[in-house]
Amino acid sequence: MEYLDLWLIMRWFHVVAGVMWIGLLWYFNFVQIPTMPKIPDELKPAIGKHIAPAALFWFRWAAAFTVLWGLVLAYNQGYLVDALMLGAGKGLVSVTMIGIGMWFGMIMAFNVWFVIWPNQKIALGLVEAEADAKPKAARMAMLFSRTNTLLSFPMLYCMLAVSHGAG
Amino acid sequence: MDVILTDIKYTVIAGVVLTVIVVLIAPLIAG
Repeated sequence: MEYLDLWLIMRWFHVVAGVMWIGLLWYFNFVQIPTMPKIPDELKPAIGKHIAPAALFWFRWAAAFTVLWGLVLAYNQGYLVDALMLGAGKGLVSVTMIGIGMWFGMIMAFNVWFVIWPNQKIALGLVEAEADAKPKAARMAMLFSRTNTLLSFPMLYCMLAVSHGAG
Repeated sequence: MDVILTDIKYTVIAGVVLTVIVVLIAPLIAG
């Protein structure tokens, strides 16, 4: 029963949600955005009206769940405050690493909920907006999605560093 | 800066570079 531990299951939830979040982030950035210009105009609504809204639903809720559950896990493990302070001067690189990863993750989740999602709602026509607002919103969503993709690489390294037993 | 966020190749390269920077400065922050 040693592998049927409540906090191991909770950590599993955190990782499962994280895989869904970053998997969909990478789907948008490695597949959907580069492929859209090659799709014939008459087929584009299939992406904009059906696939993208469904992907964005799972994307934003996975982001929220991953970060909130990560904070609960850090609190349970007793390093939440130290990590948020980046473990400055504590002499434990693992706490600094997880702290940097946590901040990257929180910045990314903030971008998802407060920049990408509001702009995607305009770009995809899910809310009323003037016609010239759509391309502007689409570009804003794309730039912040790319920023999150950039941050996902160091964020994941920081998360792995802790379980690898860094300093 | 623009090309880093508009061309996915450069986004990945910048992500790897930022990862190396984080690994190098983390021990300095930890003290």
